[in-house]
Amino acid sequence: MPLYLNDEQAMLRDTAAEFVTEHAPVRHLRALRDADDQTGFSRDLWRQFAEMGFTGILVPEDQGGLGLGHVEAGVVMEAIGRNLSPSPFLSTAVAAVEALKGTAHAARWFRGIAGGETVAALAIDEGAKHTGRVVMAAERSGNGFKLSGTKRSVQHGHVADLILVAAQTGEGVTLFAVEAGAAGLTADPRRLADSSLASELVFDGVEVDADAVIGEVGGGQAVLDRLLAAGRTGASAELLGVGGGAMDMTVDYLKQRKQFGQPIGSFQALQHRAAHLYSEMEIARAAVLKAQQLLDAGDPRAGEATMVAKAMTGLATTLSVQEGIQMHGGIGMTDDYDIGFYMKRARVLAELFGDAGHHADALARASGY
Amino acid sequence: MTDLAAFRHETREWLEANCPAEMRQPVRSEKDVCWGGRRAVYQPGQKEWMDAMAARGWTVPDWPTEYGGGGLSPAQAKILKEEMAAIGARNPLSSFGISMLGPALLKYGTEAQKLEHLPRIARGEIRWCQGYSEPNAGSDLAGLATSAEDAGDHYVVNGQKVWTSYADKADWIFCLVRTSKESKQGGISFVLFDMESEGVSTRPILLISGYSPFCETFFDDVKVPKANRIHDENKGWDVAKYLLGHEREMISGMGLGQSTGGNPLVEGAIATIGLDESGRLADPMLRAAIAEFDVRARAFAAMSERFIDELKAGRAHPAQPSMMKYAGTELNKQRHELVMAAGGSDALEWESEGSGGGAKARAWLRTKANSIEGGTSEIQLGIIAKRILELPS
Repeated sequence: MPLYLNDEQAMLRDTAAEFVTEHAPVRHLRALRDADDQTGFSRDLWRQFAEMGFTGILVPEDQGGLGLGHVEAGVVMEAIGRNLSPSPFLSTAVAAVEALKGTAHAARWFRGIAGGETVAALAIDEGAKHTGRVVMAAERSGNGFKLSGTKRSVQHGHVADLILVAAQTGEGVTLFAVEAGAAGLTADPRRLADSSLASELVFDGVEVDADAVIGEVGGGQAVLDRLLAAGRTGASAELLGVGGGAMDMTVDYLKQRKQFGQPIGSFQALQHRAAHLYSEMEIARAAVLKAQQLLDAGDPRAGEATMVAKAMTGLATTLSVQEGIQMHGGIGMTDDYDIGFYMKRARVLAELFGDAGHHADALARASGY
Repeated sequence: MTDLAAFRHETREWLEANCPAEMRQPVRSEKDVCWGGRRAVYQPGQKEWMDAMAARGWTVPDWPTEYGGGGLSPAQAKILKEEMAAIGARNPLSSFGISMLGPALLKYGTEAQKLEHLPRIARGEIRWCQGYSEPNAGSDLAGLATSAEDAGDHYVVNGQKVWTSYADKADWIFCLVRTSKESKQGGISFVLFDMESEGVSTRPILLISGYSPFCETFFDDVKVPKANRIHDENKGWDVAKYLLGHEREMISGMGLGQSTGGNPLVEGAIATIGLDESGRLADPMLRAAIAEFDVRARAFAAMSERFIDELKAGRAHPAQPSMMKYAGTELNKQRHELVMAAGGSDALEWESEGSGGGAKARAWLRTKANSIEGGTSEIQLGIIAKRILELPS
């Protein structure tokens, strides 16, 4: 398989880019923020995503989806990233779908997700940094389990219909599907720097039936790994969009802004930094496509490729937004101008599912040092 | 079985049967690289391997068969490369003829020129060098002064070239000469001639690595038949630019390091520094630096794969080789800085047998030329800025 998009994928990319740019450009995010919106995204937009088929991209065809892969999900993620569109696409249509695929929960949730009715949230982190460590306990209770503990940084956690929760049972990590409104579950949503909302979820003896278990009791690590591989690859694609969007804004600005009587883009110092940034973004793009293709092929090398993709997009996009503000000069510091929104979103995505350092460390361990 | 699966199967069997055991070892030093040519000194297995591959056209798998190539499709060429990598097979022939002159001849050469030179390049019979840079025309390459005066059926060439890689070992040279002073870029022609022609002399330049891969080369009334000119008179700059793209493509491959034999950087670091009780390299700062480098190197490997796929499909931006050259050479320099840091005092040895004659230190110093030769990093960044990002002049 060549390492570029085939014709169908390129067509989907163009469709997604056009749709998202028209319906959820940066001013959509700005409007939600200025209105102090308490949902964090637009339900109408989520339904429109479904009408376009986006929400069911990874859902098998016989369960109401398009039955496509991570390359296709990635082109939608990139369009979302480029437009900074607030959306539960990553948690719901990418990570949750991948986790539920092939389990008894697929029938229960996939039609709602493909139909744009259902939003899923991922309750997997317990500290300020993603470590993959699960401490939260699930004790056996009746014919089910009782969940106790606290999860942090749960995007859409306060409005989700479905929450995927990782907890320790005696047998090991188990993943649960918890429905909204469960007794003993409280959400404390907090506004983040990028104006999105993430919740601290407190599970105070939340009772769930045995059939809330996703896959096997004690077999949750494999499900979690699948969820994370999809989530990380999706987040990498979104980061590409954020970094690429910021770079394009910056390059346009270099062509327009005049100082000392000429466009600042004619200055060699800025040209060389812009060219270096381009190079970093292209390398990150190749790393992401590699991870997506290997994931779709079920290749055993997908795990390491995913680490490379998340780390490399973290590094490249961080550079892109930093250079973006610096090269814009004073106007880049103003709230009126959009470049700052890119920096904020990049920071949030860089932390999601583990930052560049986390993944470089994981790659080193996988390589035996 | 599909055609490609059958091709993979046959290729695997053929390589297994024909690649000598010595040619499945990682390349450790310059001596391990096979360049061919009239004066080649071969190591055991080297010539057999080159000849066996050349007989199938697989030293240049994607060239047409009538010019000594394998006539393979891009997909087949990729399979051949993968199968060679799978058994750790060395490149059978490294050659400026293959990587630089060949593509330019295929595009600009006459049928007679192609038939004369390409098969001999494919078989490794002639080793080529490149006469581009001059003492006063480095980054400003089009400022070259070496003159070629019209003398009827031939030119008389006078002048000096510098940084002519391996000129002292090469059989023929492809050379940029000035055939008109009226226009800077529009007065250059592209000619080929035998290094044994009367009036050619060459002298190695000792470098900081202690090696002399580059030479200065002098032309004193050298007769060059006009039939050896590629493309039109005064149109050599087109050929030069096309060829430079291929040179940058070749040099960018350096960012990948050795494609066989595991990860020498990591193995070297473990050997000198060791692992702590949790299995991590026992120098956390160096470990972090190597880990981030590892991320970048693997991402660059993906970029190289994408670039080659796009080139073969005719989808690459024409200036993309500049990006690959820039990123690949900077990465290679960084790799060798880390090799030195990991090696500590062991890596500083310059002559001892145990250090392979100072192989690490000399390779480290050699890499500093990567971002200068073939157009400096600054030249590449300028090309990316202007031709890809379309920033104003």
